[in-house]
Amino acid sequence: MTTRLRVLDDGAWISIDDGREVRVSELWRLDAPDFCGCDLADLVVENFQEVGVDGSRVEVRVYGQCIACGETGITDWLPVGRIRGGEFVEFDRSCVRRTRRD
Amino acid sequence: MPTDVEKWKSEAYGEEVRERLFEFAEAGFDSIPDDERDAWFERFKWWGLYHQRNGQEGYFMMRIGTPNGVLEPGQLRVVGEIADEYARGPGRNPIFGDAYADFTTRQSIQLHWIELSDVPAIFEKLDENGLSTQQACGDSWRNIVGNPVAGKDGQEVIDAWPVIRELNETFKGNEDHENLPRKWKVSVTGSADGSGQGDINDLAFEPAYKAVDGDGAAGGEDVVGFNVRVGGGLARNEPRFARDIDVWVPPERVPDVAGGLSGLFRDYGDREDRYNARVKFLVDEWGAEEVRETLQEEYVDFELESAGRDVREEYTYNAGEGERNDLIGVHDQKDGTNFVGLNVLVGRMGAADVLDLADLAEEYGSGEVRLSQRQNVIVTDVPDDALEDFLEEPLLEHYSPDPSPFMRGSVACTGTEFCSLSIVETKNRQVRFARWLKENAELPADVDEFHVHLSGCTASCAQPQIADVSLRGMKTRKDGDPVEALDVGLGGGLGEDPGFARWVTQRVPVDEVPGAIANLLETFADRREEGESFRAFVARHDDEELDAFVDPEETDYEDPMMHNTKRTWYPYAEDDGLEDAPPTPADD
Repeated sequence: MTTRLRVLDDGAWISIDDGREVRVSELWRLDAPDFCGCDLADLVVENFQEVGVDGSRVEVRVYGQCIACGETGITDWLPVGRIRGGEFVEFDRSCVRRTRRD
Repeated sequence: MPTDVEKWKSEAYGEEVRERLFEFAEAGFDSIPDDERDAWFERFKWWGLYHQRNGQEGYFMMRIGTPNGVLEPGQLRVVGEIADEYARGPGRNPIFGDAYADFTTRQSIQLHWIELSDVPAIFEKLDENGLSTQQACGDSWRNIVGNPVAGKDGQEVIDAWPVIRELNETFKGNEDHENLPRKWKVSVTGSADGSGQGDINDLAFEPAYKAVDGDGAAGGEDVVGFNVRVGGGLARNEPRFARDIDVWVPPERVPDVAGGLSGLFRDYGDREDRYNARVKFLVDEWGAEEVRETLQEEYVDFELESAGRDVREEYTYNAGEGERNDLIGVHDQKDGTNFVGLNVLVGRMGAADVLDLADLAEEYGSGEVRLSQRQNVIVTDVPDDALEDFLEEPLLEHYSPDPSPFMRGSVACTGTEFCSLSIVETKNRQVRFARWLKENAELPADVDEFHVHLSGCTASCAQPQIADVSLRGMKTRKDGDPVEALDVGLGGGLGEDPGFARWVTQRVPVDEVPGAIANLLETFADRREEGESFRAFVARHDDEELDAFVDPEETDYEDPMMHNTKRTWYPYAEDDGLEDAPPTPADD
């Protein structure tokens, strides 16, 4: 069973199977040393750039700003949720998100 | 690889979407197949319908494109009646009530809470009255803008209204131009005040003189036509002013050149990356010279003239100094009557007030009204002997021709009330800001205009980069809690030498913004040189100095929307959680 993943409306939200699931304007805590020098970035999600999957995990690349240090830019791939039984389950927004490490 | 949006557009777009839209309206919102919703919502934009944000499923924003902001006699009443009957939803705005119309920065009208099942009836009423939502959104020719009082303005160089009408008739519903890589925003201005704001459009025609002989060849009499600029726009942290492509065009050839450039964009614009699709990026890549060469070689069959003598040194609109920064107040028309610009705070007017204004326009003028790019409304054709009584009308106490500078200068986008992309609440906030500043902040006595533009995100629908004070939605933490915040930019404006605001202070919690502006103005009053404009004052200070002048401060201003308004289904609802969102509207 395929899952349809899209960035829509100028990067305002992530569509998963034609439903609005993940949206801008959230604050995410990131363990993303490549993004800024903070131990944990405090990222305002301003725009979604790309959406993809790694196994069952749905990942996004985001344009945003760390409000702790002011760094702006596009993140590496970040997990936002998982497809389980054909349904999207969003990860707890208050948890720290780690960029993909190859 | 083409994007999903390009794939959907190639399958069905433009005129043909209307039939399916009506079928869905007839059969009900749920008749849109679950796996086709993204595609249809994208296509509906071409017909001016934009699905409202999550939590408001099944409700649409409807945009009515009024070319050059012209509402002919009777049309404002139609807008008011439609707003009153159909623009009512489950959420009630605490400032504006539950039925209103928004006048936009591109001289259009937006209504909210529109249900799909009502669309055929609304379209029928619009059609009957010469109004349309066609191409108001989506990837094609958008509403054409310009000096709203074209044809009437005592200061105009050339009447641009016939040109705009012809462009509108030629490129609305034109199969060759209905599916472009991205939106295509055109400005045509005939006045010397710069009120068409061509610099921030994809394509701009600006008044210019050229010496041509009777056959159109160079070297004869001075003729008024238009210089052409391409590739302006403010969105996505990539603001550009339109670039001069060294072309002058007589009025009768504007459609050829406009169609040529639209065709060039259609054929060469980026359809694989929507973030890189606007023509401003193509102009970046090619340069103005290559745009001109390609236009000449591939898209027009006559020799293009080089640019003529422009009148940019006379531009004052949104310029931060000089006369006529906006079109508020009483102004002379060419025919001896007057146009009266009325301030509509953040562009939003209750449906009952829209209908009252339609009555007044008929009673005192011709019934016509026009919309400006500063979200205001202009009543035209008011004779001298009716002026005094018109200005005494009670409605004009609220929609004033002589408002406080803080009311007059306020522009705000839609914000998180309805918009998916916005990061913060905007319209109600800017109303509260303006009211507080009116009571608590002071401008030097010789400064009567001060523009504050609040945009909820980098899409820049409130045109924040061209204001005295630019506010842009952000987030920060205050006492550890996430709160809505604003970045503060200063000193932007159009005019002969346009400049974007410099973002000097980041992430100011929203409740400290009014105090920051008041402190900034106090410093401005103390340190300005005699007669110096705010924009000039900003220009002679560096970013660090300006950041210190901003000085955010808590005051008695209270902001009820500090929380994450995007996590609500409607920011002003008593039970505002997404779990409390209303069901999709019933099909009745």
